[in-house]
Amino acid sequence: MKYTVQIVGVGGQGVLLASMVLGNAAMKAGYKVAMSEVHGMAQRGGSVLSTLRFGDDVISPLEALGNADMIMGFEPSETCRNLQLANRDSVILMNLDPVLPSMVAAGFEEYPEISSLVDSVKAVNPNVVTIEATSLAIEAGKAVAANAVMIGAVAAMRGFPLEKDILLETLKEQVPEKFRDLNGKAFEMGYAHIANQ
Amino acid sequence: MSDLFAEGGKQLLLGNEAIVRGLIESGADFASTYPGTPSSEIGNILEKISEQAGMYFEFSVNEKVAFEVSAAAASAGLRSFTFMKHVGLNVAADPMMTLAYAGVTGGMLILSADDPSAHSSQNEQDNRYYSTLALIPMIEPSTPQEGKDMVAEAYRVSESLQLPVLYRTTTRVNHARGVVELGARTMPKGTGHFDRDVVRFVNIPAHARVNRNRLLEQYRKAQEMSEASPLNFVEGEGDIGIITSGVSYTYVREFVSGVSIFKLGFTNPLPEKRLADFIRSKKAIIIVEELEPFLEDQILRICGQNGLSVPVYGKRTGHLPRAWEFSPDSLAGIRDLVKVAELKEPMPRTEVKLPSRPPTLCAGCPHRGLFAATKKASVGKDVIFCSDIGCYTLGVQPPFNCADFIICMGGGAGAAGGFDASTNQKAIAFMGDSTFFHSGVPPLVNALFNNHKIVQVILDNRTTAMTGHQPNPGTGRDFGGVTTDALDIEQLVRGVGAKFVRTVNPYNVKEAVQVMKDAIEYDGVAVVISKCPCPLELKKRKALVPRMCEVDQERCVRCHMCLKTIACPALIKGKDGSVSTDPTQCIGCGMCADVCPKKAIEVKQ
Repeated sequence: MKYTVQIVGVGGQGVLLASMVLGNAAMKAGYKVAMSEVHGMAQRGGSVLSTLRFGDDVISPLEALGNADMIMGFEPSETCRNLQLANRDSVILMNLDPVLPSMVAAGFEEYPEISSLVDSVKAVNPNVVTIEATSLAIEAGKAVAANAVMIGAVAAMRGFPLEKDILLETLKEQVPEKFRDLNGKAFEMGYAHIANQ
Repeated sequence: MSDLFAEGGKQLLLGNEAIVRGLIESGADFASTYPGTPSSEIGNILEKISEQAGMYFEFSVNEKVAFEVSAAAASAGLRSFTFMKHVGLNVAADPMMTLAYAGVTGGMLILSADDPSAHSSQNEQDNRYYSTLALIPMIEPSTPQEGKDMVAEAYRVSESLQLPVLYRTTTRVNHARGVVELGARTMPKGTGHFDRDVVRFVNIPAHARVNRNRLLEQYRKAQEMSEASPLNFVEGEGDIGIITSGVSYTYVREFVSGVSIFKLGFTNPLPEKRLADFIRSKKAIIIVEELEPFLEDQILRICGQNGLSVPVYGKRTGHLPRAWEFSPDSLAGIRDLVKVAELKEPMPRTEVKLPSRPPTLCAGCPHRGLFAATKKASVGKDVIFCSDIGCYTLGVQPPFNCADFIICMGGGAGAAGGFDASTNQKAIAFMGDSTFFHSGVPPLVNALFNNHKIVQVILDNRTTAMTGHQPNPGTGRDFGGVTTDALDIEQLVRGVGAKFVRTVNPYNVKEAVQVMKDAIEYDGVAVVISKCPCPLELKKRKALVPRMCEVDQERCVRCHMCLKTIACPALIKGKDGSVSTDPTQCIGCGMCADVCPKKAIEVKQ
């Protein structure tokens, strides 16, 4: 067994934390794990990509184009930007909350309609699941828990090999104690949102 | 989270964390660096834990000094570790070349973190050549596990040969994460002693000639160690042999089947006899390595010397690229030679036009104010913006376009002097506080000495920001049981003889415009210190005073002066042309308020 998740988003969205939680959960489940992260300059508001691979025998920190089993998209335009990482059979978790690039905020560029982004992904892949992680996180108590919503959602994605309980337990270990309940609640809401679709 | 002092077990570690654990397991006594991606996290971790590990650690003023302090510790019998990014080793190359002649009495590792694809660098130079240039052994890990394990082996090599060892990593080793089995810890020695040996340690010409022979003899012994090293091994069966090292090995291991792999971990000197035997038993050889044909050219030489006519495929034959880092996709080039895993067809690129998302200066970044002021002050003037390596490199983007020439750390001010002496243009150099201490003082002295009429702007944001907020001489040090005072940049600049010295807070954009106008008009060397702490660093320390800018929609005439000059990501332009601030990003620095001609923006506590 081998499984690859490509986690895409924008610096500051919690992509690294999510990849740490998934990676540690995979290690606990007894798999070998190989990951690659973006650090440094790109973190200044740029696109970020974190590759997570786990399985019985993985060693390469990078995955070939098209070979990802899942895209975990924290930001809709970044999900679209990275479609080539996966294939028509991959599953795609697509958060619909946009983070406006500075040139869009300043009015020099346009951000496309979210629906057009979703449609363009759905046009090439039948396994797209959408979520509004920030709204769910606010419902759970705080917007910052959006990445816990996303991790809960991943746990419910079709074919995802890691158990929900291991993910939840690992998430709680990775966040400060005072935020454990909030993250736990957000995780459950993300899970339920996908499981009920 | 990772616990680098755990007694054993396994953890999911970043390559750089694993390397630190390797130092702890090897009882390293001494470490030094100048921060540079992809090696920076090693320093950030050591800043926190070196005291607990019983290790001395410092952020040195630049890589050359970092190298020299570690060279001294290793010449006093200790285990030292100096680490830097690839281009940093250029700065440290001078002491490295002669330290090899003297050698060390303890153990010394020089970590060079190379950056194929130049993810956060100005070039993708291949520092493996430094090992053949300096005639020192080189060890190259492929994974975080090896990143930890090979530290101990590298110290054994260094101590037995009494030579420094180049420990060469790349971004996909430093910033890879993997499950790492921990070993036992070793306590450091702590204090060394330097024993005088004038012939060895004083390389005057007469001694250098002696030591040159010593070095060649040690290099010959290194060759024997490489032949016997467990870091070089063969795995898998097949008529075709692949010779590989570093992260490239992981791609071959997982994506190529039916081949015999010669995996090299001790990559200088190469195990020539074992390689010749391996090549002799194969129908064809493929060399899989990133960047230059470092292994390939040596293997072609080994084939020549051993009368081997086995075909060797790689970069010289055009099968594999020389530019940019490898990934599993790079193996497509050898698909006609070996069995490469079948890959799924990627989804096509989206047809929706996506907005660009380059890295950008943060909301409230004080560099924005200084760049805006410089633009305004230099309107209509023929200026050259000589920028440097740091966050302010991002000033290359519109609307600032404040970078016309960048070479290397500290290079902007030197080049500015050259432009002044060779053109009729006004050269303005930008550099950060940490860069100023790194290599910005000599070009300032040079400009004063040779009367280069330049403007040298020191963007003093009170930290080494780009690499993750390390302290520098301008902030003083307070970790590892050592505290020192901050060094005053203005005093230093005046001390070397600069007459025009102005310090300005770039949040006061209008004042900064006047200062920059005066500096540009000044008939001599003008130094401007743009002083304001990095808000990201303040946020980290929870020292940022909560403030917020608000746009009064009644007063705003939608001239967009704020967007056009400061272009802060916290300013949002609505579809109707209105401007508002994003409360999740705005820090209330007030730069936009300062440039607003209608005073429509107010800073609120």
